Amino acid sequence: MIYLDNSATTQPFSEVLQTFQDASMQYFGNPSSLHSAGMNAEQLLTKARTATAKLFSIDPKEVVYTSGGTEGNNLAIKGTALEHVSRGRHLITSQVEHPSVLEAFEQLENAGFEVTYLPVDASGRVSPKEVQHSLRKDTTLVSIMHVNNEIGTVQPVEEIADILQHVPHTYFHVDHVQGVGKVSLDFAHPGIDLCTVSGHKVHAVKGTGFLYVRQGVSLSPLFHGGKQEQSLRSGTENVPGIAALAKALRMSLERSDELDRLEGLKRRLMFAFQEMPGAVVNTPDDASAPHIFNVAFPGVKPEVVIQSLAKKGIHVSTKSACASKLQQASPVLLALGRDVETATSAIRVSLCFDTTEEEIDQLLKALHECLPEFLEVMGAKNA
Amino acid sequence: MASIYADHAATTPLDPSVAEVMYEEMISNPGNPSSIHSFGRSARKTVDEARRQAASSIGAVPENIIFTSGGTEADNLAVAGFAKANEARGRHIITTKIEHHAVLHPAEALEALGFDVDYIDVDESGIVSVKDIEAALREDTILVTVMHGNNETGALQPIAEIGALLQEHQAAFHTDAVQTFGLLDLNVDELKVDMLTASAHKIYGPKGAGFLYVRNHIQLEPALRGGEQERRRRAGTENVAQLAGVSKALKLADTHKNERYEMLADRSAQFVQALMEKDITFQLNGPQHERLPHIVNVSFQGVSVEPLLVNLDLAGIAVSSGSACTAGSVEPSHVLKAMYGDDKRIYSSVRFSFGRDTTAEEIDQIAESLERVLQRMAKKA
Ligand SMILES: Cc1ncc(COP(=O)(O)O)c(C=O)c1O
Ligand SMILES: Cc1ncc(COP(=O)(O)O)c(C=O)c1O
Repeated sequence: MIYLDNSATTQPFSEVLQTFQDASMQYFGNPSSLHSAGMNAEQLLTKARTATAKLFSIDPKEVVYTSGGTEGNNLAIKGTALEHVSRGRHLITSQVEHPSVLEAFEQLENAGFEVTYLPVDASGRVSPKEVQHSLRKDTTLVSIMHVNNEIGTVQPVEEIADILQHVPHTYFHVDHVQGVGKVSLDFAHPGIDLCTVSGHKVHAVKGTGFLYVRQGVSLSPLFHGGKQEQSLRSGTENVPGIAALAKALRMSLERSDELDRLEGLKRRLMFAFQEMPGAVVNTPDDASAPHIFNVAFPGVKPEVVIQSLAKKGIHVSTKSACASKLQQASPVLLALGRDVETATSAIRVSLCFDTTEEEIDQLLKALHECLPEFLEVMGAKNA
Repeated sequence: MASIYADHAATTPLDPSVAEVMYEEMISNPGNPSSIHSFGRSARKTVDEARRQAASSIGAVPENIIFTSGGTEADNLAVAGFAKANEARGRHIITTKIEHHAVLHPAEALEALGFDVDYIDVDESGIVSVKDIEAALREDTILVTVMHGNNETGALQPIAEIGALLQEHQAAFHTDAVQTFGLLDLNVDELKVDMLTASAHKIYGPKGAGFLYVRNHIQLEPALRGGEQERRRRAGTENVAQLAGVSKALKLADTHKNERYEMLADRSAQFVQALMEKDITFQLNGPQHERLPHIVNVSFQGVSVEPLLVNLDLAGIAVSSGSACTAGSVEPSHVLKAMYGDDKRIYSSVRFSFGRDTTAEEIDQIAESLERVLQRMAKKA
């Protein structure tokens, strides 16, 4: 079984599962309770929060636990826009964001906000200059992802942060879900106000994550209730999940010396398909994440490739998992300027630290076996 | 660490077999249910099974279940999500003064947006009257939300009667059933509710998991957008392992429901009996009969509650004052205030809440410790 869909979700590390189990059984109290069972849970929560904050050189108070990336993005975007509506109704994002960002903006558009969706270049990159040019007096938020989940492009978020740092009325949010542990980001950069992290992309358990909220940034919460997480996110805390998240983040960051190896594997894939007739590599050559590779075979149905690989025990995906049920063109690839044929025929291969060279070889071998046939079928049709 | 845990209304320990199921799921299946490869399909099956279990536990169909990160999110979706999607029909909402903060706070946030919210009073036993709800109804009322069992006093509210009343009205009806779920037989058609909230960590399931039941025609504005999950009403990668745990917890709750109910009612009766036998002066907060079997809320006259809780904790007994969910606060409870005004008893109340593992011996031990602690405190005073 070769699992190469790690951008959709990862297998939790076994140590992380152990932490989750132990915390579930030994620290089951409600952290809001005043007795020892509650206080023990509260202490574990504090420990996890402190450890997580330390990993990113931020303050524990700046960590707001959520149920994952979708919630983090929704909280950051709607929370900022609604809280600061008296200062303006203009927002900026890009055309290649994850649906949890784009749909949050759509919801705000319906509520009377004005949203600028910045275009990207052929490698999927937003230009910091364009961000600067789009800024208005009434712009309250810019939201740009760090690493694109479909093609792996790394956005120049620190350059954008350099600009926004000097624009006090405009907050900057970064969707770091695909970047965390793979492409480093300086959370403490004075231009970054909000940053989303999701646990299940870094071998933690699903339904965990946090939103970094720089001290002094105020947000309007999505859920109101027991005032947990400094009132930004009410609801009984998922303490075992949070402890497991701290562990997974630490373990992932500790393996950063393996990123070069991953980059090497991705390069292998790039080389293999750059020369292949009928293949269009969508992952850019420079400034792309080490774990995501996207290639299209225009005219070939991606499901057919996926099923054929699955029969050989190899699992890859089309587009992002969150949208894969819609058999439509990838909006990300269209934004890059790819044609509809290309945008409807991409497959994504996404790696994790445990991916081996042999696994990549097997994938290449399997694709070389099945692709000529598919491409031929198409060629025949085209003729 | 407390050796006797009597705070099950705040949260319950995870059942070891639930932990087991979750662990198995996480080890064996990394898939994202939205992925079309076989891992993804297997994850989808787990989610579907949880949805079936959740639906059947309340007499609903699977399509009407929206999984959430817990009771708080579900309550917010039912109150704020409903109100925002149905504004065109009116901006009046009815609730009660004794709801959980997960309902009261979104209601207050709606008021800030221009909605009109009536918070209906309760009687001394902590029960809302159907007549009062009826009297508050207006043509532009779009939502009535009344909890099923109160988390502080255990008072059961007349949900089916309110449901019947609302059959002839445009208003949708939501109930927060977090405390009754898994303990009472719930059926959404008998209760005549349009929405119902449940949370897993109160029934020996995982924290950070719950659901909202939503009847077919009901429109909601999602709080979380950005994926096809939960029929676009709640985006986010499904928490597959947790849902496997929820399935298991639901099955366990279902199999032992009636015995557990009887057993908890016995424990509560035994506890009240023991307090009387020991001549401890106390007042029972909440109704005599229309109540949950596992919650006993009592006031000890003239005793300040913080030192009492600390002393009980030192004696190894975990209980709480009011609701744990008011994150660490020992403010007098809004529920008791609604019942008794500013009476002294609201400053000296303790909630004991028992669970399936609470033994008769533990009840005796709690009563004995309580007697000792109260005597010691009285001497010092
Ligand atoms: C870039 C990006 N943002 C946000 C998300 C949503 O995260 P989650 O699945 O934790 O809700 C994902 C993953 O699906 C993602 O790839
Ligand atoms: C009646 C009631 N409603 C809602 C909640 C909130 O549920 P959760 O802790 O799952 O967010 C609780 C418990 O905390 C509760 O007792």
